[in-house]
Amino acid sequence: MLRQARHTIPENSTASNHVDRPLLIAILIVFGIGMIVLYSATGADSDQMLKHGIRAGLAFALMFIVSRISSPTLARWSLNLYLFALLLLVAVLSIGIIGKGAQRWIDLGLFRFQPSEIMKIAIPMATAWVLSRSILPPKIGVLLLTVVIVLVPSILIMRQPDLGTALLVALSGVAVIFLAGPSWKLVVSVVCVMIAAAPVLWSLVLEDYQRRRILTLFDPWSDPLGAGYHSIQSIIAIGSGGIDGKGWLSGTQSQLEFIPERSTDFIFSVLAEEFGILGVLLLLSLYLFLVIRGLVIAYQAEDNYSRLLAGGLSVTFFFYVFVNVGMVSGILPVVGVPLPFISYGGTSMVTLMVGFGILMSISRGKKA
Amino acid sequence: MIPIRDHMNEALVVRGRLIFLFVIVLVLTLVLVLRLSHLQIIQHKKFTALALENRIDLFSVSPVRGLIFDRNGHTLATNVRSFNLEILPDKVADLEQLLDELGQVIELTPAQLERFRSLTRHRPSFEVQTIKANLSEREVATLSVNLHRYPGVRLQVRLQRNYPEGELTAHSVGYVGRIGPDDMKQVDLNAYQGMDYIGKSGIENQYEDILRGTTGISMVETNAHGKIIRHVNTDQAEAGKTIHLSLDIELQREGVRALDGYEGAIVALDPDNGEVLAFVSMPSYDPNEFVNGIGERQYGDLRTSELKPLFNRALYGQYAPGSTIKGFMSLIGMDNGIDPKQRVFCPGWFSLPGKTHRYRCWKKTGHGWMDSHEAIVQSCDVYFYDLAQKLGIDKIHKGMSRLGFGQTTGIDLLGEQSGLMPSKAWKSKARNEPWFTGETVITGIGQGYMLATPLQLAVSMATLANRGKRITPRFLSGIEYPQSGIREEIEPQLEESIAAHQDHYFDLVIQSMHDVVHGVRGTARGIGRDINYTIAGKTGTAQVRSIAQNEEYNEELTEKKYRDHSLFVGFAPHDDPKIAIAVIVEHAGSGSRTAAPIARRMIDFYLHKQLGLFSDSGPATETVNS
Repeated sequence: MLRQARHTIPENSTASNHVDRPLLIAILIVFGIGMIVLYSATGADSDQMLKHGIRAGLAFALMFIVSRISSPTLARWSLNLYLFALLLLVAVLSIGIIGKGAQRWIDLGLFRFQPSEIMKIAIPMATAWVLSRSILPPKIGVLLLTVVIVLVPSILIMRQPDLGTALLVALSGVAVIFLAGPSWKLVVSVVCVMIAAAPVLWSLVLEDYQRRRILTLFDPWSDPLGAGYHSIQSIIAIGSGGIDGKGWLSGTQSQLEFIPERSTDFIFSVLAEEFGILGVLLLLSLYLFLVIRGLVIAYQAEDNYSRLLAGGLSVTFFFYVFVNVGMVSGILPVVGVPLPFISYGGTSMVTLMVGFGILMSISRGKKA
Repeated sequence: MIPIRDHMNEALVVRGRLIFLFVIVLVLTLVLVLRLSHLQIIQHKKFTALALENRIDLFSVSPVRGLIFDRNGHTLATNVRSFNLEILPDKVADLEQLLDELGQVIELTPAQLERFRSLTRHRPSFEVQTIKANLSEREVATLSVNLHRYPGVRLQVRLQRNYPEGELTAHSVGYVGRIGPDDMKQVDLNAYQGMDYIGKSGIENQYEDILRGTTGISMVETNAHGKIIRHVNTDQAEAGKTIHLSLDIELQREGVRALDGYEGAIVALDPDNGEVLAFVSMPSYDPNEFVNGIGERQYGDLRTSELKPLFNRALYGQYAPGSTIKGFMSLIGMDNGIDPKQRVFCPGWFSLPGKTHRYRCWKKTGHGWMDSHEAIVQSCDVYFYDLAQKLGIDKIHKGMSRLGFGQTTGIDLLGEQSGLMPSKAWKSKARNEPWFTGETVITGIGQGYMLATPLQLAVSMATLANRGKRITPRFLSGIEYPQSGIREEIEPQLEESIAAHQDHYFDLVIQSMHDVVHGVRGTARGIGRDINYTIAGKTGTAQVRSIAQNEEYNEELTEKKYRDHSLFVGFAPHDDPKIAIAVIVEHAGSGSRTAAPIARRMIDFYLHKQLGLFSDSGPATETVNS
């Protein structure tokens, strides 16, 4: 079937028949590390491991399928996918059920999924599509259109409320816009305006618990049993890991359940505690490799849509890593972003794999 | 129209931005690496310590409190198992809410809550505190089912203090109680880590340091919910030392029986070494009620009872000694050069020269001519009115003080009263009044200002039995180390002896007191019948209310609380003293009628049953006392 699909795209006949190997291998290694850490973090729960494996298998399959879709096809679907995701977001606000105190899920009977996850892909795609249709650097009218494309879903996601995802989704769009080459003057002035507007956003947009999380960031020890507890326990886990860690399955903070959400958002702390900074550096290197590989694919891409989308997705991927590691190590507020390929949970992995499938598709699309 | 596009330039624009973002990615990665290196390398030690602190909990292991035995090895204080509900405040997010929820599962009294709150305020929060002890089986069952819902809460089997003899030992052994806020201010809290009880009264309080033992520390690994994963290390607690008392619980029991419902006190000593054989104060109370904190109402009842069960009469009770001091008066007289053969005429009353006030003798018809011996035997008041007046209060004061009156005996119990031995100096200081000769007169028969405790009277009898050798009364006879079983004996403590000018003065007084019991006219001749050993003793009747000049004392018509106290002091056998005793029975009339038979019963019991002396059934060879 994949073979058939390829044959229906004659303009890609010169492209390589293989998936991007460096990407695939790096992802597999990260995923392997993830399984090892997850085994420890779940307390050797084989049931969860199996679920995680099945989801990963599905996600990998999806990645391969996406990697076979040519980038012009992706470009054609961009706007429709975006509008579809937007519709779902509106739906989630009205019929969404309560999950973890926030309306984020759509229950389709068989499984639940988060429309905001689709947005992680749909926003860069739609933004890249709009920008690629005009001359770069874009004119102000096109820019404003892309800003609307980014802001509308971001605000909807923020209303759920899911500040972390909203910021990351917005960032994925902003990254694409930035890549399109708006003048530095404009970039700098926007950054200045944002900084100036921060206090207003602080008091008007942020919920009470979000403000507390950010404040706690600056002094987690001020409330060690309350808002600062997650942060402190995570930092203790990381710090006590030292250079070579306490050993697999031997992290006291992890195994004695001091690290909260240790199989999902805080799984990095488990890794840092049990494998020390050596493990941490290995993982960060792999992530860095994935990002750089993505940026190279963007650099070598044949058309603007591919460049913008590949660059945007790569940078967004890096932001996931940065926000998660920054949050568990106490330099960013706790916002609830999973660690790519490692945290337990299906939806985020599917999104990631689709993203890398797109990167592979773009990589395949370039002239050999 | 699609404008002509410069694809090369557009690619350059995007590639330029890609390179910029690449740099940003590198910088941010560096930030992460620096942050993680800071945590994992530079601050590694600090976080290792914090991680250790997280998972390791220190529990105090309370030591077993030392046991208390009587002289024959009967248990007076022991420890029994009890189910306690304990809370580790450190692991509880909201203590008040927890107390609220627990209160719905089992009954928690306001007193228990108050006590618990004050403990959590005063003690470090990593220390386990007991909120309720002595849980019933039903409570244990209910809690076991619900316990998993409350992290930081647990059921624990503890040893709890128990007094098998109950009210028999309340006034001597005393009791332990839960450590309260007041105790916390006074003791070194480190010595009481993990302990709930402290000696509150009696021997339990006096020898707290010996009985307490040393707390051990248990190191356990716990998870984030306070659940113990494994034991890491245990520093064993050191049990308190066993205390052996000189008390003879069987003699004590006999004393309570002999008092037969009367309020009163009995103190019996071994004159040889000052060991307290019996220390009875009735009515009494059950010290077990106090161990876990007595209910407020119950305590209120004990406190306000007219019979004053909480009042330790033997130790704190200050009574007019009455005629019991007549032997000593005679001794002081001889020591001050008054010839014991010199006779005084008793017409039934005495008056000071030039005064009309008549000091009555208990025998209205009078005793006729009396010398020292007969005056003691028949307890003639007039002889001693005259003697007192001849000596003057200051000589009486000096002599009586040397015998220990007006001073504490130094017994190993807290709060002993000193009684009162009046003098001119005392009166001018305490009352700012001059001394009147009339007051000297009545001091001669142990009335007026003079007060003595039952303990003091018993000690004075031991001194007389020892012919001046004074001893300090004490309960503690031995300390035993529970591990090694080594027993450390306590040496008797001697006071400065009092020498009379001539040794035979003591003999004369003792002979007179012998005749009180064994002589035909002795006031206590009633207890001298059917006896196969000798007692030297003296009866006493202490007025509770003074009687007006022309009033007749009629016991039947007198309200109970104004009736005379009945006293008897003595020792036996009179020539080889084994026991010295003082008996005070409140509002029981004359000494010969109530107190003397009680004393006889005690002495009989001790010499016959406990020492096996003079017993009809066999020779006096067996001694129980080791």
